[in-house]
Amino acid sequence: MTTEITDIVERPRTLAEKVWDDHLVVKGENGEPDLIYIDLHLVHEVTSPQAFDGLRAEDRPVRRLDLTIATEDHNTPTLQIDKPIADLTSRTQIETLRRNAEEFGVRLHSLGDKEQGIVHVVGPQLGLTMPGITVVCGDSHTSTHGAFGSMAFGIGTSEVEHVLATQTLPLKPFKTMAITVEGDLRPGVTAKDIILAIIAKIGANGGQGYVLEFRGSAIRSLSMEGRMTMCNMSIEAGARAGMVAPDETTFAYVKGRPHAPTGQDWEDAVAYWRTLPSDEGAVYDAEVFLDAAELEPFVTWGTNPGQGVSLSDAVPDPASFADPNERAAAERALDYMDLQAGTPMKDVTVDAVFMGSCTNSRIEDLRAFASVIEGRTKAENVRVMVVPGSARVRLEAEAEGLDKVFTEFGAEWRFAGCSMCLGMNPDQLAPGERCASTSNRNFEGRQGKGGRTHLVSPLVAAATAVLGRLASPADLPTRVEA
Amino acid sequence: MEKFTTHTGVAAPLTRSAVDTDQIIPAVYLKRVTKTGFDDALFANWRQDPEFVLNQPAYASASILVAGPDFGTGSSREHAVWALRDYGFQVVLSPKFADIFRGNAGKQGLVTGVVSEADIEALWAAIAADPGVQMTVDLTARTAQLGDLRVSFDIDDYTRWRLLEGLDDIGLTLRNEDKIAQFEARREAWRPRTLPVR
Ligand code: SF4
Repeated sequence: MTTEITDIVERPRTLAEKVWDDHLVVKGENGEPDLIYIDLHLVHEVTSPQAFDGLRAEDRPVRRLDLTIATEDHNTPTLQIDKPIADLTSRTQIETLRRNAEEFGVRLHSLGDKEQGIVHVVGPQLGLTMPGITVVCGDSHTSTHGAFGSMAFGIGTSEVEHVLATQTLPLKPFKTMAITVEGDLRPGVTAKDIILAIIAKIGANGGQGYVLEFRGSAIRSLSMEGRMTMCNMSIEAGARAGMVAPDETTFAYVKGRPHAPTGQDWEDAVAYWRTLPSDEGAVYDAEVFLDAAELEPFVTWGTNPGQGVSLSDAVPDPASFADPNERAAAERALDYMDLQAGTPMKDVTVDAVFMGSCTNSRIEDLRAFASVIEGRTKAENVRVMVVPGSARVRLEAEAEGLDKVFTEFGAEWRFAGCSMCLGMNPDQLAPGERCASTSNRNFEGRQGKGGRTHLVSPLVAAATAVLGRLASPADLPTRVEA
Repeated sequence: MEKFTTHTGVAAPLTRSAVDTDQIIPAVYLKRVTKTGFDDALFANWRQDPEFVLNQPAYASASILVAGPDFGTGSSREHAVWALRDYGFQVVLSPKFADIFRGNAGKQGLVTGVVSEADIEALWAAIAADPGVQMTVDLTARTAQLGDLRVSFDIDDYTRWRLLEGLDDIGLTLRNEDKIAQFEARREAWRPRTLPVR
């Protein structure tokens, strides 16, 4: 009812509150959840089959096909994409998505299509992700899209079904946490390092129940792709979502994309988007501050994304953790990672480098990686895989000649998908192998059974590929000019 | 979802406690891509044993499960409810359910009634005395009747109302369909559209 909507009190509000309020279909009373409208629903093959089956069982249609889009990503091979998928489960999931998309009329980008790719890379690149909207997907890293100033979060399979059927979700409001990063980043320090440092500071559960809003001059100066990297990993701090207020950088990124508004719609949109940043005096439930100038390239040593240190530091001693649970977790992690307390992180040698995932597989990430390896030689002991986030990113990289830089260096240049981020396809670490990875999760076995993951930025991944041990570009000898 | 008021069917005794979701449906069955057709997966490991209660002819058509305490613990897989429902169970009675399991059950039309331990024992004894006996579960009165034995069960008002009305989450939301349509009517033109393909 409209009366319920206008009941909202005029008080300073945060970005998250504004987007929430503007999507209220029904305000929940007496502790009941609000009913929130969903502007954009992204679908992939892993979490959608049962949702479509549920619709079928109840004879329900997809309510808004024009707000729904699907792509294949988790199970897709990154080599020989024209061959049938060998793994039966993977093949079944993909074939099921294709059948469901056909039956219900959902737009799908299949393997081989130029818009295929990781769902969180595809949405922004098509211009579907924009400020002030709500975005959901049956995948926790949906938080990526919050970089545009949208409210974007992952949902479970029954919620996927709920959104398909109703284009809404019953939800209780999230708490808000402001994370302010002020100052100038040092050269070689990137969005990935900021977010890894934040997670190490607040802990892998520190954001539980919150929407994180990243703010401050260091965030403002990040590109959209850097902001996506940060919001992507909000979930690794346990948060529901991450957001950055939209600004000129955001508008410039969205403008002209295939699904971006045009003409008067664009003018209206920008006028509205300018009203979204948090009001002066808006109150957050929690606040965290970081000094950008103090940050260094960051790397994880353990088996959760909160277990990280500066690359110039050493593996911590579990005894240094006051909290007994953290101490025990650190002991277990060092055991799994086969690391000794006190070893300098830069002495840790790796077997593999994975450049990819929805955290860092966009064109800027590939450019950053290429800029470091160009004209240098790969360490013999490492296998290097470069996996673009989408087929379009792959084409873009090839148009710029980046593929040559990768292959001449000795890296494998692959087709788009989630790949070794989670190893649902054949791209996996062997037991005991150690990997510097630009992805977002270093859980035990995440990249393959027994595999050991160090989360790093694309720049650190590149320098590591050159030296064969964890390194930053600053550690590399000066390039010999040809 | 079908409305539930009363149900009469064969009651099967599952005389174990702490039946976790991994027992209800082993993990190997989770790879499937459907939400139905899990009847063969229900208690798959236990059903290998010819002595298992559901393998006994008297309970072949059971639709009410009378279980020990802590039913549905362990992983939050919704498949556990799907498997029970697909097999034909409409009601599970137990002295205590795991919260997530119970929440999932309520959303999928499976009645979970909390019965005191003494009453569960009494029900087990009555069933043992007459295998294959029918039981009537009355959700309005929150009672289960088996011959002369009548026990009452607990279920929260909200879940009970949903089950009586036959409302799953989606059905519940669709009660507000007019409000959704009103909201859609005032959505701005600039908001994203995935179709037509541009
Ligand atoms: S790249 Fe990794 S984190 Fe991102 S959607 Fe794929 S599997 Fe999930």
